[in-house]
Amino acid sequence: MTNFIAGALGIRSYVFIAVIAAIIFVVGFLNLAVPETSSFYMSSYVVSLFGKYLCYAMLALAIDLVWGFCGVLSLGHGAFFALGGYAMGMYLMRQIGTRGVYGHPELPDFMVFLNWKELPWYWYGFDMFWFAALMAVLVPGLLAFAFGWFAFRSRVTGVYLSIITQAMTFALLLAFFRNDMGFGGNNGLTDFKDILGFDVQSDTTRVGLFAASGIALVAAYLLAQAIVTSKLGKILIGVRDAEARTRFLGYRVEHYKLFVWTLSAMIAGVAGALYVPQVGIINPSEFAPANSIEAVIWVAVGGRGTLVGAALGAVLVNGAKTVFTGVLPEVWLFALGALFIAVTLFLPKGILGLANQIMNKRRERQATGASAQPQEAD
Amino acid sequence: MSAAGDTLLYLDNVSVSFDGFKALNALSLVIAEGEMRAIIGPNGAGKTTMMDVITGKTRPDMGTVSFGKDTDLTKLDEAAIATLGIGRKFQKPTVFESHTVYDNILLALDRPRGVLNTLFDKSNGADHKRIDEILEITRLGDLKAELGANLSHGQKQWLEIGMLLAQDPMLLLVDEPAAGMTDAETAETARLLKEIAKDHSVVVVEHDMDFVRDLGVKVTVLHEGRVLAEGSLDQVSANQEVIDVYLGR
Amino acid sequence: MNTTFKSHASLLLFLFSLFLFVPAAPAHADELTDQINKLAEGGFNDRQKMIEALAATGDSRVVPALEALGDGMLYQQKLGGKVFIVERAGSDFKLIDPVTLEDAGKMPKSALEKIKVNNRLRRTVRDALGGLQLNSKNAADRLAAAGAVFQSRDPEAIPLLDAAIAKETKADVKKVMLEARAAAVLSSDLDENAKLEAIKVIEERSGRDSRSLLLNFANTAEGKLKTAADESAGIIERSLAAWAGVQNVWYGLSLGSVLLLAAIGLAITFGVMGVINMAHGEMVMLGAYTTFVVQDVIRTSYPQLFEVSLLISIPLAFLVAGAVGVAIERGIIRWLYGRPLETLLATWGISLALQQTVRSIFGPTNQEVGTPDFMSGAFEIGQMTITYNRLYILVFALVVLAALMLVMKRTPYGLQMRAVTQNRSMAGAMGIRTDWVDALTFGLGSGIAGIAGVALSQIDNVSPNLGQSYIIDSFMVVVFGGVGNLWGTLVGAMTLGVANKFLEPYAGAVLGKIVVLVFIILFIQKKPRGMFALKGRAVEA
Repeated sequence: MTNFIAGALGIRSYVFIAVIAAIIFVVGFLNLAVPETSSFYMSSYVVSLFGKYLCYAMLALAIDLVWGFCGVLSLGHGAFFALGGYAMGMYLMRQIGTRGVYGHPELPDFMVFLNWKELPWYWYGFDMFWFAALMAVLVPGLLAFAFGWFAFRSRVTGVYLSIITQAMTFALLLAFFRNDMGFGGNNGLTDFKDILGFDVQSDTTRVGLFAASGIALVAAYLLAQAIVTSKLGKILIGVRDAEARTRFLGYRVEHYKLFVWTLSAMIAGVAGALYVPQVGIINPSEFAPANSIEAVIWVAVGGRGTLVGAALGAVLVNGAKTVFTGVLPEVWLFALGALFIAVTLFLPKGILGLANQIMNKRRERQATGASAQPQEAD
Repeated sequence: MSAAGDTLLYLDNVSVSFDGFKALNALSLVIAEGEMRAIIGPNGAGKTTMMDVITGKTRPDMGTVSFGKDTDLTKLDEAAIATLGIGRKFQKPTVFESHTVYDNILLALDRPRGVLNTLFDKSNGADHKRIDEILEITRLGDLKAELGANLSHGQKQWLEIGMLLAQDPMLLLVDEPAAGMTDAETAETARLLKEIAKDHSVVVVEHDMDFVRDLGVKVTVLHEGRVLAEGSLDQVSANQEVIDVYLGR
Repeated sequence: MNTTFKSHASLLLFLFSLFLFVPAAPAHADELTDQINKLAEGGFNDRQKMIEALAATGDSRVVPALEALGDGMLYQQKLGGKVFIVERAGSDFKLIDPVTLEDAGKMPKSALEKIKVNNRLRRTVRDALGGLQLNSKNAADRLAAAGAVFQSRDPEAIPLLDAAIAKETKADVKKVMLEARAAAVLSSDLDENAKLEAIKVIEERSGRDSRSLLLNFANTAEGKLKTAADESAGIIERSLAAWAGVQNVWYGLSLGSVLLLAAIGLAITFGVMGVINMAHGEMVMLGAYTTFVVQDVIRTSYPQLFEVSLLISIPLAFLVAGAVGVAIERGIIRWLYGRPLETLLATWGISLALQQTVRSIFGPTNQEVGTPDFMSGAFEIGQMTITYNRLYILVFALVVLAALMLVMKRTPYGLQMRAVTQNRSMAGAMGIRTDWVDALTFGLGSGIAGIAGVALSQIDNVSPNLGQSYIIDSFMVVVFGGVGNLWGTLVGAMTLGVANKFLEPYAGAVLGKIVVLVFIILFIQKKPRGMFALKGRAVEA
């Protein structure tokens, strides 16, 4: 246990914590303490935008945990993210109460609209925050567990696994589009009023949610870091690089995959739950396969198998997306497409991998100019 | 451990076919406890398939494979068989390339294999000592901080054998350990295997006749999925059928 | 479908009267014209008598006038009182002589007065027409007339039908007349035995309308008749259900053929080469847009070629998509062999860029791709309708598959391709330019996707997102059927297509699709290498 905790700590972790903490304080200060007239003032819209990025960073972290360390490329992590989001969305819907258009004390507007007479059983309990928060973790976790239990046990690997994860999120996309599923059909859940009694639109709530996202990101990072530096982490890397070898050493590869896969889905679920109150809506398009694949490219850009890189990649790509879609919307898809190609062809280890390589080279040159070659492993 | 004579591994009438091609054809083989056995045979004789069957990678269509007293290996998967005490070295050396030599051995070390055991692992002094010992035997002590990827072909072979040792299995299956090695490396490998054979049962699959001669153990010749001949190397080399198979075409 | 059929029938009728009767009997034209002119005189009752009188002539030349009367297109000149069939021509009316059907010039609307009909008259007209047509020399007319009686179930038509049946020589027409008679008998006051017989006739006729006719009858009937009608309706019901099953199989095969088309190319790039091409759907899309461009050029420059536009598009789509495929392989994929996950991501990037390119050039909206005449329309087998475009697409998919199999099995190129995929270094050592084989193979797979796009442009919206909707399905088909096995792809596509269509009635289209997806997910986990997996060590390596 002490080894496990110690694994999470280290210079990288301290820097990561410090950076996130600094961002939370700066953003909070610029939004709450600086007067709106000042040119340093940060609007609540921007705060929520940054909060969104942090949630994306957490999703990227979750993907990196399974892909970067265990070699399982998920093209369906958006599904876990969205499920977490729906769990939170259901809580927020129940909080609306009589303030809805139809003013029904219990049923959300869309159910009244569909002439439903009572709340479906799976909406029970979502009026309590703790329950919704639990579900935001449990539902993605259970889905991932069931899915992974089948998939890993029957040794579905590589692109086959990737494709069926995509089919999974696609199936959920279709399912959530249906009105009779009871999740608001293609409009999804929206028009939220308050969370834990705080107005979701207010500045302080937004900064609070932003800070919560930052703290959750740090927690997820520390957890992931502790895992990958443990012996289990080494086994995961073994599975990634030489699955058969690991198996013949006597490790039950499917258990290891299942563990990290389920955990990763839970992290994605938390990210989704924090995302929804900040963007104010959750609808089935979050299940779109394209979203999940896009999330994978964040990880690739930042550098997979680095955790920090994944988070960084998510923020960078999404920052670029915000800028591009604002200024040159036509160009964004070209840029994104080019990014996919460029990263896989020229930057297989991502930005962080490149930085490491450059640093290593410099260190070598400084040391003795020794002839050790930078190894080329993938 | 070496209560020689007791049967450790027993393959009885094992057949495997892939799309009509019989890779193993009613193969029977007995390995005694503490025994070292060399298995030779031309390409396609079924050597690797035999190892696959023993280690649970391939299920036989027919026949039984039993280990120790009465364990039926055909019902177990790779991990279970490995934990039972059968270690396997692949034809192509397979080590964890992004781990150090030290970590490679650490992962192989005979410790609990469960998820939670490894998550909250506490490696202790005994572990470190054992790893150092194995590195000593495999002569990789100086390279222990090196990444697996940076090793030479021969060093990878030895590291893999070292990993087998760390598993401390009852039976080692070693597939072509001398392939692609220099003569000096080959001799070193033979020495290593002989040392291991002192307190483990070993099955070596090899093409290199000099290497097999170096080992100086009982030889089984496989051909078309069944046993063609068994005996000392000199005996089997005098066998007319073996000559036909190996040299006659 | 019904409306087209009707309009065809009336067109035939029109032509027929034009060709056969007008030149045959010009001498009596004046007499007929007088009778028709009298239609405008008097009140509704007089008009009814006049219609009956016209019908009694048994002369087919009165048909156009009566039809026009029923349709409210028969007008009388205010001056002179002559009656004409009219056609709208702007604010004027084009006049047509009701007997000779010759053009009689134009006239402003105000100079004409409509010959009014009420519902009773319309019925009289219809019956009259039915009777007239039952005696027509044209078999199609008689058939249509008998069909009309079946719908109207007018007992008064029974004597007319009896006369017509006695004269009828064509077996199929006679059958329809007998059925019409049976329908009429059921609404007549004839005795029980006649009605029982009629029920049998209608039961044999089968079909949805026979069933509802019998059920309607059973509602009012009593005793023996009621049970007989109910029983017969039940028999029809079962036969209908069987036909619905057949129809579902057909729909399933049709969907399967679409899946097959989309997946064949992928069976090459993914199944044979092992390249995960996420831009595969965009190759299909490029094929569809090629069709659009070809039709556009044809429409503006060579309109007479429209019928063969698809035939022209097929090779062009193959070349366009194939060339893009070769470019992608040479430019990007060849650097990523052996790294399937990276290939997946890079090709996804390509698909985004291709979509945006097409969106920038053609705009984000759906493009209209026309259907040549030979592909429009439908025909019926028993109780089910088969549309020509679906039929052609099914045939086309099978032809493409067969052609591809021939290329793979019988050409030197196919041999080289198989050699390269089985043992790259050995093939290279034997002097095969493995990199060119790779490029050509990828080009082939992409080109086939382009061809698929030509076919799919006929049934799907041609938009930049066209490919997206096929990519997951295509992968499912290839994986389900067994990677590297073209027969497997065929069976996989058809199985999934039929399964989808059979689930739809129970689960709805969306849920049916979800069920199929979940099934495949479970299936892949049970048999990760598909239905027709290649076994053995070669696969593991």
